[in-house]
Amino acid sequence: MNDSVLAVEMRGISKEFPGVKALDDVSLVVRPGTVHALMGENGAGKSTLMKCLFGIYRPDKGEILVGGRKVSFPGAKQALDSGISMIHQELHPIPHMSVMENIWLGRYPVRNFGVIKLVNASKMLRETKALFQDLRIEIDPRSPVRELSVSKIQSMEMAKAVSYDARVIIMEKPTSSLTEHEVILLFEIIRKLKNEGRAVIYISHKMEEILEIADEVTIMRDGRRVGTYPARELTTDLIINRMVGRDLTHRFPPRSNVPGEVVLSIQELTSANPRSFRDVSFELRKGEILGLGGLVGAQRTELVESIFGLRALKSGSIKIRGKEARIQNSIQAKTQRLALLTEDRRTTGIFPVLSVYDNTLIANISRYIGKFGLLRMRQGTGDVQKSIDLLRVKTPNQTTRIESLSGGNQQKVIFARWLLTEPDILILDEPTRGIDVGAKYEIYTIIADLAQQGKSIIMISSEMPELLGMSDRILVMCEGRLTGILEGSKASQERIMELATQFMD
Amino acid sequence: MKNPASGDPARGTIGEFASKNAIILVLVGLILVIGIVRPSFLNPENLVNILRIASVRSIIALGVGGILITRGTDLSAGRTVGFAAVIAASLSQRSDYASKLFQDLPQLPLLVPVLAALGVGLLIGLLNGAIVAFLKVPPFISTLGMMVAVYGAVSLYVDRPPRGAQPIGGLREDFTNLGTGDTLSIPNLILIAGFVTLVIWILLNKTRFGKNIYAIGGNPEAATVSGVSIWKNTLVVYAIGGLLYGLAGALLAARTGGATNNYGNSYELDAIAAAVIGGVSTSGGIGTVGGILAGVLIFEVLNNGLVVLGVSAYWQQIVKGIIIVTAVAIDIQKYVRKR
Repeated sequence: MNDSVLAVEMRGISKEFPGVKALDDVSLVVRPGTVHALMGENGAGKSTLMKCLFGIYRPDKGEILVGGRKVSFPGAKQALDSGISMIHQELHPIPHMSVMENIWLGRYPVRNFGVIKLVNASKMLRETKALFQDLRIEIDPRSPVRELSVSKIQSMEMAKAVSYDARVIIMEKPTSSLTEHEVILLFEIIRKLKNEGRAVIYISHKMEEILEIADEVTIMRDGRRVGTYPARELTTDLIINRMVGRDLTHRFPPRSNVPGEVVLSIQELTSANPRSFRDVSFELRKGEILGLGGLVGAQRTELVESIFGLRALKSGSIKIRGKEARIQNSIQAKTQRLALLTEDRRTTGIFPVLSVYDNTLIANISRYIGKFGLLRMRQGTGDVQKSIDLLRVKTPNQTTRIESLSGGNQQKVIFARWLLTEPDILILDEPTRGIDVGAKYEIYTIIADLAQQGKSIIMISSEMPELLGMSDRILVMCEGRLTGILEGSKASQERIMELATQFMD
Repeated sequence: MKNPASGDPARGTIGEFASKNAIILVLVGLILVIGIVRPSFLNPENLVNILRIASVRSIIALGVGGILITRGTDLSAGRTVGFAAVIAASLSQRSDYASKLFQDLPQLPLLVPVLAALGVGLLIGLLNGAIVAFLKVPPFISTLGMMVAVYGAVSLYVDRPPRGAQPIGGLREDFTNLGTGDTLSIPNLILIAGFVTLVIWILLNKTRFGKNIYAIGGNPEAATVSGVSIWKNTLVVYAIGGLLYGLAGALLAARTGGATNNYGNSYELDAIAAAVIGGVSTSGGIGTVGGILAGVLIFEVLNNGLVVLGVSAYWQQIVKGIIIVTAVAIDIQKYVRKR
């Protein structure tokens, strides 16, 4: 391919959904043999733009050129045929089928026997092996996908994208569930693709990664393009500044909480699952924000969910306010004044089709039972309104389905849900995941206020700046073991990373 | 979305009103069209007759509807209705009736056959609930098994060798009065169904149990984390379903003056169809009492209307099948992402 021909050119793309202008006159130029990062807050229009390119949406206005030719894809299949492939943020492999069956899905090599077509498994195996060898991926093509780790599935999807002989590969937040080491492997593959003259469009929120891997960066805000810049001219601050359109001099609110007496004491806690955590001991103080750091797979979520009674323990003790606590389910956890905001808002947090009202009250519904077992709905409405005002939830009204709110507002509703149970100890598992920069600050403010009021907080976070900026102390875990406890003031990214990788080769 | 708390949900255009109340409009439209083509359809007698039949059907549909809201289903509903009908009938035969099922049965108080019907329904419901809640058998399978087994049980109950399964007739007048009589010139059936509707409406909308079952259907994992007891609420929702089928069975026997082991056959499918037409989502978390009632009425108006219009029985089936799929196809468009 001639290097002077652009891999992708999108000109003046506009796309409107009922009530929202998702894209407004956006242009994008991607050169072959480069990694082009696409950045912006949630809702800035990155995914919509890519869906227009990939044929999932049809733009209202504008034109798209691929390899210099004007195209208009009626669907993803035509986009794939034209050399564009997309690795979606949420991977949807078919778990019971093998790796190679997933890769060649819908286009299996066949042997023809007249009208009868039989899948040519040996040819499929050969081609998959060649593909993997080329990309230096070490997976057995015959193993079922359900046995693969997330990062291996990621590699598989990458190989699948390449197998279409794609000239342009779109990757949506590919590293969101990868460990540091796996990210390095992923970047090696990306560099290889780049050197072969393919273009990679890379959507991510992670500044450090973007600065490392990208050649050019296009920043979007509110459905418009802010600008395209060479990556080497950018810094994290500059990117944030252009993404939010304002200076974020204070990424974290000031805190004035003072940790007091011990409220939660964990001794030698060991999971019933032998592959999970063991011998974890720590203390949590009143009014303290205790950060919990580590890489994916460090078993942090498993630890806090076990404390909350959702997972089984083998041994160890949990003391709450000095008394031994036996918590076997979330109902008992609530009576111990524990609250848990789970990591995955969509699967274990929100009730998508239910109203903001129901979503707010569900964990605390017993408190509204009045005469004849009927609920005191008016009191509920009052409390929900108070929560909406206090946490500044942006919602048309209380009867709105929560699924139509933004991620940040959904998270605030879940905060409201647990605050109504009047907890002493709040466990927050990745409380700002998938939330845009502006709303993050509001969540941080809520957390700081709670600590100030004397609530104790355990906060799992995979974002170093967040851990450092918000925690009084930081626990670090690695492969199920507690590897260190750092004073917030003395902690650094390097020190945390050291502890988080202590047992890794 | 950006301006907080300004929109009034009640305010809206005619189009919005139509889309929100589509089901009511369909019902009214159906009645008008059939009424214009065959004015006899609109006879008060015919309309009251439709309501009588719909009364029993709505009690069943409310039971199934609650279960559907939790992402469950109940295929044993129809056979449970049949079992309850047979039991109620067998305990309320006239003492002078020649071929009684229990020859030496004395005249029992009216309450006994009704309570027995409720009891058998409750028992089957509890069993369904326990199998779903504790053994984690998918509801489709557990209630399918129950459906088959209950039919066996009811057939065994009425089997009198060597003559085989017998229809049960000759019911006492005070019992059949429940299904055919009036109180203050309102049919008893309609009064009972109205009362049941009210109770279920309160249960779903005004109690913790109601909030819990919507939560379980809306997202079972989130419900667990929030401290909602899945097993308790599952057990109760199936038990209430069973209780309602039991009541419906007794009323069915009373309305028709008898029962056979084939009573209630495929009623569960009609009930599921009516609930779904009324906007209950089979993927859980969505459904209203009003919608279920409207669904049942559409179904029964259609049943009666097609007969009045002289459509052949076979064609009636085809039309009903098309209506079910069409109604849901239209309803589901609200949720299908626009390209």
